[in-house]
Formats: sequence, structure tokens, C-alpha cells
Amino acid sequence: MLTFIIYKSILVLIVFLISLGVAAYATYGERKVAAFMQDRIGPDRAGPFGIFQPLADGLKMFMKEEIIPTVSNKFLFILGPSLAMLTALMAGVVVPWGGKLAIGDHYYPLQITDINIGILYVFGVVSFGVYGIMIGGWASNNKYSLLGALRASSQMISYEIAMGLAIVALVMKTGTLSLGEMVAQQGTGGWWNIVYQPLGFLIFLICAFAETNRAPFDLPECETELVGGYHTEYSSMKLGFYLFAEYINIFISSAVISTLYFGGFNLPFQSHIPLDGNWLVIAQTAFFFGKVIFFIFFFMWVRWTIPRFRYDQLMNLGWKILIPLAIFNILATGVLMYALGKV
Amino acid sequence: MLLSQYLFFFLSFVAVLSALMVILDKNPVHSVLFLIVTFFAIAGHYLLLNAQFLAVTHIIVYAGAIMVLFLYVIMMLNLNKEIEPHKKNIPKVAAVISAGVLMMCLVALLKGAEVQMLPAARNSNIGLVDSLGKVLFKEYMLPFEISSVLFLAAMVGAVFLSKKEIH
Repeated sequence: MLTFIIYKSILVLIVFLISLGVAAYATYGERKVAAFMQDRIGPDRAGPFGIFQPLADGLKMFMKEEIIPTVSNKFLFILGPSLAMLTALMAGVVVPWGGKLAIGDHYYPLQITDINIGILYVFGVVSFGVYGIMIGGWASNNKYSLLGALRASSQMISYEIAMGLAIVALVMKTGTLSLGEMVAQQGTGGWWNIVYQPLGFLIFLICAFAETNRAPFDLPECETELVGGYHTEYSSMKLGFYLFAEYINIFISSAVISTLYFGGFNLPFQSHIPLDGNWLVIAQTAFFFGKVIFFIFFFMWVRWTIPRFRYDQLMNLGWKILIPLAIFNILATGVLMYALGKV
Repeated sequence: MLLSQYLFFFLSFVAVLSALMVILDKNPVHSVLFLIVTFFAIAGHYLLLNAQFLAVTHIIVYAGAIMVLFLYVIMMLNLNKEIEPHKKNIPKVAAVISAGVLMMCLVALLKGAEVQMLPAARNSNIGLVDSLGKVLFKEYMLPFEISSVLFLAAMVGAVFLSKKEIH
């Protein structure tokens, strides 16, 4: 029992640190990708190729003057970014980061917990994530912040529906809500879920962009209309928390997309690879992180390619295109499963 | 005492306290936030009863969707102490009387009730999604479908009401 608790605590700590580390270097990666897309050099002052830039940024965030508006609600003003950070870090608990490491005669699974409703847990955390933005935007006591917060909440609620419906079709296909089992299914038989659910994947991906407030859906912080959106009044590390939470969300979304649709930690043609035991587990985890990093890059690629939507376009896309498409996807999945005798 | 008993008392304390704060706090936004805390405490109770599916859907539906809309509307209306209209005394008296009648009904109802222990709910699988789905789609198929029709009607009604003019 005690070793179990110690082992799980260490795993939680590692996932926590990796989330923070990946998010920190995602900010660096974002600037490098942006520079590459725009034919610039990007950050190159701090260390070779600027690789210490995230540390310098973090230090800057901590050292900056912290301003709390006097007319704002102080407790809620601080609660906002804390909640954003908390909910961003919570979803990593159910993601299967790898297989089972064998040390001695004990097996140590690289997933913190495989609850039987894993995907719904991710959903719950995502749906709760909007409060960080809403509370922060309201507590700032600023019209622009409030407008940004209201935009964020209506956007996230709208796209959550389509996201949920996309997942329903996936759950129909896999027959389980547990992320661990989904990965196991994709590893042992047949293809990855992207082959069975291409439309569902597309809907899920678009909704993931909207849920993380990334371009082209970054209307909550649209600087041409709203100054800075929901974090207009924030400074110092509280602003840093909001920005950082966004990158953690990207990391977790990428991990969830890889898990659900791209085979999780499974290697392609896994049964033909002459690796076994711990080496296979390590290779799988490395490959999983490869997939995750690719999706993080994809998030950046889209951001620096596609301009921002207008607000009515955003709502039309969510309600009139994605939701009907997702319902059609459920129907088509059901009909196909019935026709192929899989029910 | 078992750990789950400590958790039960802690969650009950949080649920009751935050539920009280919902009605005691003057600021409507604070009330909504306390209501969300109450929902979380109740979801914790579901978890203690091994009903994970119920707990998570409770959080997704109530805390994640309905309360966001509540908060949305209250923030849009921007209610606060300064602009809150002064209430007359008659509604207050009426509210006190009706609340007292409700209290009396509850007490009368609960007086005859017996305290029963649920048969080992903690270790049963009754709340898991597997058994829940089977019960819902086999034993309660018809009520389930009828309630979904009800929701559809409510949705159509909401869309109808929010349309300014009908073409």
C-alpha cells in the first residue's frame, strides 16, 4: 500500500513537471515556429539558439510589478488564474503515457489512474476550465475583461457540445470510456481510431482549438476589439498563469487527441518490431511524446496560418455546421456498425 | 473511523456550508460560485458511493454547463448591491410564510421516515456506467425516451421564444 502511494505520488510529480516543462518550451517553440513562418530568426539571445528564453521569460514574469485593481474583488481576482492553472493540470491524470515498466517482479503502469470513465473525466475538467477565465474576467471589474470572459464562456460551451457528440461516436466504436482500454484496443487489433472515425477526429480537433482559445478561435483575447480580453487587468505571474495554462491545455489536448485517435503510445506495426520488455515501453513512451509534439506543432502551425474568425462566424460554425455534422457522424457510425454486424 | 467516513463528514460540511452561503451572500455572482462548490461536494458524495459516472456527469452538466449559463446571465445583468432594487415588505412576508409552510411539510414528511442503511452501497457496482446503461436502456427504456422528447420540446420552445419574428 505504501509503495503504491509513493509510486503514484512520484508519477504525479513527474507528469506535473513534464506538463510544466513542455508548456514552458512550447512558448519558446511557438516563437520559433512563428519566426520560421514569417521568415525571421526568433529568440536567439538567451543561450545557444535562445533555448534559455523560457527561463528568462519566467524570471521576468516573477519580477514584474503586480497590480491588483482596487475596485476589483481581490479574492476572485487571484482565484481566476489559479483555477485556470489547476484545471489545465488536472486532465493529465488519466492520460496513458506508456505501457507497464517491469522493475524486479513488479509492474509499474505509466498511467496515474485508469478510471473507467476516463474520457468523461477529461470532459469534466475541460468544462470546468471556463471558470478560471470567467471569474478572472468578472473580478477585474473592467468592461473589456468581462466581454472577453463572456465570449470565452459562450464559445467553450458551444464547442463542448460538438466535442461531446464527436466522442459519442468514438465511444460507440470502442465500447469503453476508459482511455487505457481504448489504447489497448488500438494496439492489439486493427487500425488506429482515426481510420474508423475521420469525421469525428476532424470535429474533435476543431473543438480542441476552440476549447483552448487558440487561433483561429482566440476571440476571448482579441486585442483589436477587446484590448487584451479577459486578462486585460492582469500583470506579473498572474498573467503568466493564464498564458501558461493555455500552453498546458495545448499539451494535454495533443495528448488526448493522440490517445483517442492516433493509437496512444502504440507504435505503428508494433508486432513486427523486435523490441520487448522495458525497451518497448520506453520506445512507446518516446513515440507517444513524438505524436504529442507533432500536434503541439500543428496547433502553432494553424495559429500562424489562419486569421481569426468573426464572432458570428464562430457561432455559426459551432452550432450550424459542427453539431449537425457530429450528429450525422453518430448516425453513420451506428448504421455502419449495424450493417457490419458489430452491435 | 474509516477514511471514507471522514471524507463524508467533510463533504457534508462543505455542501451544507456552501449551500447556506448561496442564500446568505448578497452578491449574486458569489451565490452562483457557492452553488458550484455545493455541486462539487455532492459529486464527491457520489464518488464515495462508487457512482463515478453519476459524479462526472453531475459535474459536466451542472457545474460545467448550467452554472456557466447562470453566471453568464448574472454577469450580463451586472447585478450588484448598489443597483439592486429595494424590495417591498409584502413579498418578504409572503416569502417567509411560504418557506415556513414548506419547512412544515418537510418536517411532517421526514418525521415518519425511518433511517435505513443502504445495503453496502460503497462496494456495489450499481453506479458504474455499465450497469447504469443496462438499467436505463432495458428497464426504463420508455421513461428515458419520453424524457428525451421532453427535452427536445424544451429546446424547440427556447428557440421559438428567442426568435424575434417568425417568417
